[in-house]
Formats: sequence, C-alpha cells, structure tokens
Amino acid sequence: MFRILEKREMAERTVCEFKIEVPDIAKKAQPGQFVVIRANETGERIPLTMAGTDPEAGTINIIFQVVGKTTALLRSLGEGDEIVDIIGPLGVPTHVEKLGTVICVGGGTGVAVMYPITKAYKEAGNHVIAIVGARTKDLLILEEEMKAASHDLRVTTDDGSYGHHGFVTDVLKQILDGGDDVKLVVGIGPVPMMKFLCKMTKEYDVKTVVSLNPIMVDATGMCGACRVSVGGRTRFCCVEGPEFDGHQVDFDELVKRQRAYLTEEKVSMDRFTEQVPE
Amino acid sequence: MAEEKAKGKKREKVPRQKMLEQKPEDRVKNFDEVPFGYTPELARLEAGRCLQCKKPKCNDGCPVEIDIPAFIQLIYEGDFIGAAHKLKEQNSLPAICGRVCPQEDQCEKVCILGKKDEPVAVGRLERFAADWERAQGKIEIPEKDPPTGKRVAVAGSGPAGLTVAGDLIKKGHEVTIFEALHKTGGVLVYGIPEFRLPKAIVQAEIDYLAQLGVEIKAGYVIGRIKTVDELFEEGYDAIFLGLGAGLPLFMNIPGENLCGIYSANEYLTRSNLMKAYLFPEYDTPIAKGKNVAVFGAGNVSMDSARTALRLGADKVRIVYRRSRVEMPARIEEIHHAEEEGVEFHLLTTPARFMGDDDGWVTGMECIRMELGEPDESGRRRPIPIKGSEFSMDCDLVVVAIGAGANPLLPTTTPGLELNKRGYIVADEEDGKTTKKGVWAGGDIVTGSATVILAMGAGRHAANSMHDYLMSGQTTWP
Ligand SMILES: Cc1cc2nc3c(=O)[nH]c(=O)nc-3n(C[C@H](O)[C@H](O)[C@H](O)COP(=O)(O)OP(=O)(O)OC[C@H]3O[C@@H](n4cnc5c(N)ncnc54)[C@H](O)[C@@H]3O)c2cc1C
Ligand SMILES: Cc1cc2nc3c(=O)[nH]c(=O)nc-3n(C[C@H](O)[C@H](O)[C@H](O)COP(=O)(O)OP(=O)(O)OC[C@H]3O[C@@H](n4cnc5c(N)ncnc54)[C@H](O)[C@@H]3O)c2cc1C
Ligand code: SF4
Ligand code: FES
Repeated sequence: MFRILEKREMAERTVCEFKIEVPDIAKKAQPGQFVVIRANETGERIPLTMAGTDPEAGTINIIFQVVGKTTALLRSLGEGDEIVDIIGPLGVPTHVEKLGTVICVGGGTGVAVMYPITKAYKEAGNHVIAIVGARTKDLLILEEEMKAASHDLRVTTDDGSYGHHGFVTDVLKQILDGGDDVKLVVGIGPVPMMKFLCKMTKEYDVKTVVSLNPIMVDATGMCGACRVSVGGRTRFCCVEGPEFDGHQVDFDELVKRQRAYLTEEKVSMDRFTEQVPE
Repeated sequence: MAEEKAKGKKREKVPRQKMLEQKPEDRVKNFDEVPFGYTPELARLEAGRCLQCKKPKCNDGCPVEIDIPAFIQLIYEGDFIGAAHKLKEQNSLPAICGRVCPQEDQCEKVCILGKKDEPVAVGRLERFAADWERAQGKIEIPEKDPPTGKRVAVAGSGPAGLTVAGDLIKKGHEVTIFEALHKTGGVLVYGIPEFRLPKAIVQAEIDYLAQLGVEIKAGYVIGRIKTVDELFEEGYDAIFLGLGAGLPLFMNIPGENLCGIYSANEYLTRSNLMKAYLFPEYDTPIAKGKNVAVFGAGNVSMDSARTALRLGADKVRIVYRRSRVEMPARIEEIHHAEEEGVEFHLLTTPARFMGDDDGWVTGMECIRMELGEPDESGRRRPIPIKGSEFSMDCDLVVVAIGAGANPLLPTTTPGLELNKRGYIVADEEDGKTTKKGVWAGGDIVTGSATVILAMGAGRHAANSMHDYLMSGQTTWP
C-alpha cells in the first residue's frame, strides 16, 4: 500500500499529478524510468513515467492524463488514499550526456514524461531548447517547470489560443532551418506527433530519440505485450526501452497495437462512469 | 489385513482408481478445477493396491525422495493426516505436486506394480492426503530452530524460491522473499490455470510461509529496485536466485506482431494473474478468439488451448511441428485437452501470419513437416516438405514454443557467470553460482523444467546455504 501525499489537477481536470510515498523506488529512480501501478485488487497494471522524485523525502511524482478506466479511477482518489501496488523503477534510464544543443519536444501529456529528461539534459551541460504543445491553452501542462528545466522554452497551441499557432513540429522546423548545430532531438507525445517529427528530423539528418508507450502487462520482459519493431527487429519496450532511435521505429504498427482493446476499454469505462457518476 | 500387506504379501485386486471429475461439456464453460479428487473410500482402495515392496522403485523415481510406500500405507490405514506429514518430510508442497507433477515419468513410471498392471496412482494419493490436511484446517506450524542472526534474501517466489524460504526459516534464519510481480507463486500463479491448480492452494502455501515468519516483498524487481550487491550491502548474508525461465520465445516469422498474437506468457498472465477471464469484474482485458491456433505441444500449450475454450472459442487447434510421440505435455493434460475438443494438427509449422487493415491476425500460412534424423534432444528433427504450403484461418494465436532466460537480473549482477543460452551457471549438487554468497536453482539454471525439479534444486541450495551460514566460511566456492 502506497499513500498519496499530494494531488494536483491541471488542464481542466484532464490531467492529474500525485506525489506518492514510495521510498525504495524514490531512492533508485533515474530520468526516463517508469513505474507500474495497480490501483486496487481488481485493477489493471498500467505504466506511468516518474515526472520527478525526491530521494530524501522518499516520494515520487506521477502525472497522468485521464483516458480510460484506470486513470479515471486514479483521479477519483485523493490525498491520504492508498494505491495497492507500485512497482519500479522500470525501463532503461535516459542516456544523458553532454552533446551541445538538444531540443526536447513534448506534446500533450508527453510533456510530463519529457520534464525530468529535459532537466537531466540541462544539468549535463547541454544547451536545451524545449518545445511544448497542447491543443489549446487550458490543456497546456507544466509550463513553468519546463521553463526552469530548459534555456529556451517555446509554446505552441493547435488553436492559437496561446504561444505559436500551430504544431510543435512547425517550431522545430524553424529552429532546424535556422542553422543551429542541433545534436539531438528528443520527441515525446502522441504517436502521430512522434511519427511526423521523426520524418522531419530524418530529412535534416538529426539524431532523434522517442519514448514509446505500447500496452504493457508485467513490464519486466516476461510477456512480450510491449513488443515494438525497431529497425526491423522486435524489441521488448519495457526492458529495452522505452526510448529508441526514432528513425528506426515502426509507428504504424505501434498505433495498431495500442488500439487492440478499444472495445473492452469502452466497456470498462462505461461501467465505471455508471458506478461513479461525476 | 494391514499387517499382511505391510509384509508385501497381499494386495487388493482392484483396478487403478480414477478420480471423479467434471464432465468435459460442463467444464469447458467454467474455470473450476477439473478433477474433484478421491473420496476417502477411493483413496483407501487405491492405497490398497500398493505392494509395499521390500525394495520399492517408486522412491528412486521421485526427485525429492518421498517415502512413497510409507505415506501410501498411512492412507491405507486411514491415517490421512499422518500421510500428509510423511509427505511433508520431503516435499513441502504436496497439494501442488500431486496435481502438476509428471508422475508418469517419475514415481509411477518405475512402480513395480506397473510392470504387470497399471502403476499405483501415487500422484492422486499425494493430492488426496495434502487436500485432506488442508480441509481439516490442521496445518501444523513446526517449531523453528533458535535464531541464527543470519539473513537470507530469495529473489523469485516460484517453487524453487518458496522451497528455499521454507527450509531456511525453519533452520532459524531470517528470510525475505522478493518477487517481481505483485503476487507470489511464480508460474504457479501466473502460468498454470485455475482449472488445473486452484490459486487458493498456492495462497495457502504462501500464507504458511508468512506464518512461519518469512517476510514477503511483492512488486520488487531485483536488478532494478535493488541489485544483488545492494542486498549484500543491506546486510543479507546469502542470496538465492529462483528467477524462472520467464522470457517468451517467438518464432520470428513475418506478421508475428499483429494484434491477436500472444506469447503464452502474456495470454496466461492476463487470464490467471490478472483474472481477465473475469473481465469486466477485473479490469484487464483479453482477446476472445473464436478460431484459435496454439503453437507448441507442452503443458503450456495445453493450458493455453484449454483457456481459449473456456473463454468461448468455437475451435481450438494445437499446431505442432513434430508428431504425437514427441509432444512434451503430461499425458493427462493431452487427454483432458482432447476430451474437451481441442484439435491436434501435427507435423505442421507456420511460415507467416496475415492480418487485416486494423492490424489483427486473420490467418496463417503453414508448411507440413516430416521427421528426419534425431537431433541433439534425441527427438527426430522436423524437416519442411517443399511445396506443402497451405493456409488456415484464425483470429487468435498463442505462441507456446518455449521460454528463455530473462536477462534483467543477470546483466546487473557482476561476477555471475551465465551459459551460452543466458542461464545462470550453478553447481548441480549445491546450487552455488560463480558469485560469492549467491545460489541459484530451478528454471533459471536448467531452462524450463518442472515444479518438482525446481523444488529439488531449492532443497539442495538451502542445505548448502545453511552450511555456509553456520560455518562462517569466507572462501568460495
Ligand atoms: C512506458 C510508458 C510510460 C507512460 N507514461 C505515462 C505518463 O507519464 N502519463 C500518462 O498519462 N500516460 C502514460 N503512459 C500511458 C498510460 O499507461 C495509459 O494512458 C494508461 O495505461 C491508460 O489506462 P486506462 O485504463 O486509463 O485507459 P484505457 O481505456 O484502458 O486505455 C486507453 C489507451 O491507453 C493505452 N493503454 C491501455 N492499457 C495500457 C497498459 N496496460 N499499458 C500501456 N498502455 C495502455 C492503450 O493504448 C489504450 O487505447 C505511459 C505508457 C507507457 C508504456
Ligand atoms: C503454463 C505452464 C504450465 C506448466 N505446467 C507444469 C506442470 O503441469 N507440471 C510441472 O511440473 N511443471 C509445469 N510447468 C513448469 C514449472 O511451472 C516450472 O518448471 C517451475 O515453476 C519453475 O520454478 P522456478 O521456481 O524455477 O521459477 P518460476 O515458477 O518461473 O518463478 C520465478 C519467479 O521469479 C520471479 N522473478 C523473475 N525475475 C525476478 C527478479 N529480477 N526479481 C524478483 N523476482 C523475479 C518471477 O516473476 C517468478 O514469479 C509449467 C509451466 C508453465 C509456464
Ligand atoms: S513401487 Fe509401486 S507398488 Fe511398490 S511400493 Fe512403490 S508405489 Fe507401491
Ligand atoms: S510488458 Fe511484458 S514484456 Fe514488456
């Protein structure tokens, strides 16, 4: 049992942040790693990235977007409530080194996953440009945090309600055209965004890392649910990833595999909203 | 009567007793256990068949050397609790072994009665005695040896790890089990289905260990949250690795990442550990195929095929590249699968999978095989027949062609030697690895084997660990 110490809602209650007491994991976690959460005895195991940790206080932060039953259930919990299982730290930590100029591009809740990675690149002495995007101003998350974690923050909204009117990739293109010696692009967000971004950076021949989010079960390399095709080879994302060379990833396969249980997910969500009216 | 028998002179002239079981047409609709087990009457009748041989062979056939004639005699005399205690002298998990051991390759294979007649049903009797004890609520908590002040960490809670924990806690050591999954029991909980091994039985064994004082930490992936070296730094004096062979193997053929194609590990984990068969009461979903193909012919394949039937499939086929005699599953499991309507397509192997626009599997192309010369496993090697390609429709596929070693822990443990296939190198006799203070046993050393062999390895390692801890030995090995 793990206690939720703090809860913060953002992006018009579509995104939620928890600070949870998990001392053993807090001690060990590194940027880019995730945990698996099982909210209660009948719950599913879902992976969530650690958006931050405090080893001294023994806490980790997770930020999740409400997209279905489990995340809706999590949002219904409050400070002082407990989560049955939190397992981690899982996945290979981000390989951070001093390269020069690094661009960190986050879309949607991908910004949450991006935040600790951005911070780590800055701390390693890189010049970090961050680009964060959302559909509209009210859905933008972690703006202040990302500002502090980078040297230069650019914001985009699809509807133009804030920052640059357009997509994160528009801003990325401007920077790449500007002739800066960009050593690395890190892209994390919805699959269509990552796919498009990788297509673009490939044209500019800039190394690009993405963080993949296939469906997972055990997240210890035991089941193969999370398999993704990278460079024509099948890889287990939970133990070999979640970060991969974006130019090698088969994004179309990933999207199809993510959609494998749409029918069941709807059944679960409908049952949940019936039981727990908003 | 019992006296006469004890001298090995007379036996009851009755046929081998069957267990009552659910009818195939009923049981494919539920996940309840298939056999009901013996009644006391049937158990005594079966026990009466044992010859009480002066030089019994059955004992040698048992990997943990249970005194088989002795426990059978106690059943015959009606002392069922006594029989359970006798079993537990050598085997701490008799209710589990009675259900899942391949007795036909072990004790029952060499049973002397089996030369002329059918062998004594040792497994069924073992199960009966253990169930009796549990049902009476008379599980004894044994006296522990005085505390030694030594601390032991066990990584992995399958049969190997559970055995080590049970043996060492009784010898007075402090024991902590670290299990990667959120539930303990290894394959016994995530792999073997409820209808073959009810989870309440496994839980009873875990509860027993907890009562003995074993500390259980589930959701601890050793190698990630703590490395082996960090466990030593925290004050553990000896460490046992019982990690199992939990890496699913795929066939590496085109289309294998289509939706609806599962490894057996994923399929069974969803159904058993996550209870997807109770969806939507439980949140984890599982694809329910109507037309299912399962590759491989071991216990894992039979379990997958029978799970698919219970989840509502109309047609379930086992597709296997060798022939019937090479099928590695227990005879009872093959028999149960056939009774339930599973079809067997032998000497057949898939070449690629086809899918629809959404990325779901719709069919596969197969090739017929013929058997050539024996390979290194001693079984005849299957060879594809040129031009024999044909296609089969299917909407769900389970790949159950075997498992490998998960590299997660070994790669974070310097000094731990692995063999070519990635399994941990450990002494066959005592389980010592190449790293000081670390033992290993079970599937992570031998590759996929059996519950009883994993327990045997645990027993040997526990003895060696105890000697090491008590001698204050500083050299290695
Ligand atoms: C390594 C990794 C890190 C992630 N980090 C974050 C994060 O920091 N914040 C965040 O909001 N989301 C994150 N996700 C995605 C998150 O796990 C899913 O949104 C969540 O599982 C949805 O569960 P649900 O029951 O609410 O929704 P559902 O209705 O069950 O599913 C909605 C969609 O989420 C995906 N999903 C469902 N079940 C799983 C599962 N068991 N594993 C993975 N994906 C699943 C599917 O694509 C599905 O279509 C991460 C995913 C991965 C693989
Ligand atoms: C579906 C199926 C059916 C089977 N049927 C039979 C049968 O009928 N009869 C029979 O005798 N045998 C059967 N077997 C084989 C038998 O179950 C195994 O040989 C046996 O369970 C091996 O025991 P073990 O203790 O070595 O490992 P396992 O039972 O595999 O347990 C290993 C445990 O270690 C955990 N672990 C792994 N890595 C870590 C880590 N880094 N940190 C912490 N924990 C970790 C795993 O999560 C797992 O719980 C079957 C196997 C399967 C998969
Ligand atoms: S070999 Fe068979 S008949 Fe002889 S003692 Fe063992 S079980 Fe009984
Ligand atoms: S989630 Fe099971 S192997 Fe990756």
